[in-house]
Amino acid sequence: MAEHITAASGADLATYHDVSQFLFQQSHLLDSKRWQDYIDLFTEDGLYWMPPAPHYTTWDGTPSIFIEDRDLMTVRMKRVSHPNAWSQQAEWATNHVVSNIVIQGTDAGSGDLLVQSRFHMLEVRRDDVRHFAGTYQHRLRKLDGHWRIASQRVDMVNAQAAYEYVLQIWV
Amino acid sequence: MPRDAESDIRSLVEPDRVHRRAYSDPDIFEREIAQIFEKTWIYAGHETQVPNPGDYWQFQIGRQPLVMVRGNGDEIHVLYNRCPHRGVQVCGSRHGNGGDALTCPYHAWRFHYDGSLESVPLEAGYRDTRFAANKGDFGMKRVARVQRYRGFVFASLDPRGPDLVEWLGEARVAFDDICDRSPVGRVEVVPNCFRVIQRSNWKFFMENQLDAVHPSVTHMSTGYAAAEVERKLKRETGSQPLHYHYLSAFTTPFEKWDQLETAGYPYGHTTLGGYMGLRPSDPDTLAHEKILAQAYGEQRKEEILGRNIHHVLIYPSISVQSPLQQLRAIRPISHNRTLSEIWHFRLVGAPEAIYRRSLWYYNLVNSPATMINADDLENWQRGQFGLSSDGGDWVSFHRDYGRDTDANGELHSTNGCSELPMRAQFRAWVNYLTATE
Ligand code: FES
Ligand SMILES: [Fe+2]
Repeated sequence: MAEHITAASGADLATYHDVSQFLFQQSHLLDSKRWQDYIDLFTEDGLYWMPPAPHYTTWDGTPSIFIEDRDLMTVRMKRVSHPNAWSQQAEWATNHVVSNIVIQGTDAGSGDLLVQSRFHMLEVRRDDVRHFAGTYQHRLRKLDGHWRIASQRVDMVNAQAAYEYVLQIWV
Repeated sequence: MPRDAESDIRSLVEPDRVHRRAYSDPDIFEREIAQIFEKTWIYAGHETQVPNPGDYWQFQIGRQPLVMVRGNGDEIHVLYNRCPHRGVQVCGSRHGNGGDALTCPYHAWRFHYDGSLESVPLEAGYRDTRFAANKGDFGMKRVARVQRYRGFVFASLDPRGPDLVEWLGEARVAFDDICDRSPVGRVEVVPNCFRVIQRSNWKFFMENQLDAVHPSVTHMSTGYAAAEVERKLKRETGSQPLHYHYLSAFTTPFEKWDQLETAGYPYGHTTLGGYMGLRPSDPDTLAHEKILAQAYGEQRKEEILGRNIHHVLIYPSISVQSPLQQLRAIRPISHNRTLSEIWHFRLVGAPEAIYRRSLWYYNLVNSPATMINADDLENWQRGQFGLSSDGGDWVSFHRDYGRDTDANGELHSTNGCSELPMRAQFRAWVNYLTATE
């Protein structure tokens, strides 16, 4: 990927600040269960992808934990919002922390900003606590003066570990 | 088994109901491990998980940590993952390659892929000891039996009992149906195994797979959500991607499911099959059919595609959805915890589109972010909760009881929603747990 990057360093402070706020806000939307607002962060062709392991280079034709465009994200949102989503009867909440934000540069072809960050998510469901942590790779695009997510890749360090129960919503 | 233990087991299972202790009693669970899992044929894995000499993949049967190893040729060995020196686990990754010999990390005893001892360091130190006299005994122990059916590897820790093919019986159709859809009769594993822990007794999973009443209730939320977006896409673009149907199909009403057929076989294997709706005739399906007709001839192709198997359960360890090339294996951990391993297969020689289609099912339904099993696991956990209580003693399997045909050890029902699969599984359960040898 590095060969597509035109400016691997030297992002200005304003951009760094702007992008950081955007990532923090994204986490906040998840933790507040504002699903539609979260989906609306994505561009029309935006993708949320969580591969099964770091060595995957594409979701196309390979297994994925999540691979969702806005329409599939909408299915997920409507599912968890349905009154008969039984698994949602259990109280649950998450807390995300996002850090180690690195602006890697600009994709020469699309002009998208490439941003890497680290996350840690704690989830409480009933009386159980689970931790998920890993790396986000965002491709951010400026539309009408606002950052939008053209793609978000999520590499969890626990991706291959046995899951106690499943993931109901985006990490 | 002592007589009182036998009558205890028999007292738990009546033809139309089962006592909750079958699910909630840790002692019963120990007996299941000893009498079922550590005796009968259990799924080890697929031969393509270990394509090259020395490739291994770890798994477990009952309490036993095992490793499936590819030999130098076609052979596949299943070994206890334990060094005969001082007991250390030899293969340390979930899967990998052992190099030119499996080597113990503690004192470098080395083993051939079939488990036999290759060498020990400083062998002179064993001169005139019992080691020197019995070197053949100092290999990694092999399980009693390993057999394969169409590339699917099973192991049994007990040397006695029927051969794999005889034991599988009619449930062989699971593998025939998967493999025959390949023009060369073979499948390859997609090398990724998702693992999800269910907080419930292993039998909840087994019973659920052929429970045709539950989908439209349990999965209502996803069914309606997907149907809504599916309609929107149809409106906006004139068509909808096929994978939405995998989710929206969960709105199928009970009556439709009831038109399917269920069968139960000796050893507890059960099938759900029959014709529901039209055979797909999209271009990808037609291209696949054409390849099959070329490979097998028109008549044989029709036989293969006319099987209409939805789901096959091979008791007690796997559930196979042959039309979607998915397989789930379970490894019970305790009476209320069960590990599931989730696999997807590619039909060798079939169009890429057929693989990609079933891949959507793997991603949407069977991945750890599943929009379907999220509610299944929730139900089973709540089931385990209820069956651990004194709120009632019995689990009801009365639906369509008395209307099964029962001949030659086989149960058949023309009601897809019949609780026949559960009754058939418990018939086998009693046989296993009361077997005298
Ligand atoms: S324990 Fe394996 S070589 Fe000593
Ligand atoms: Fe289900």
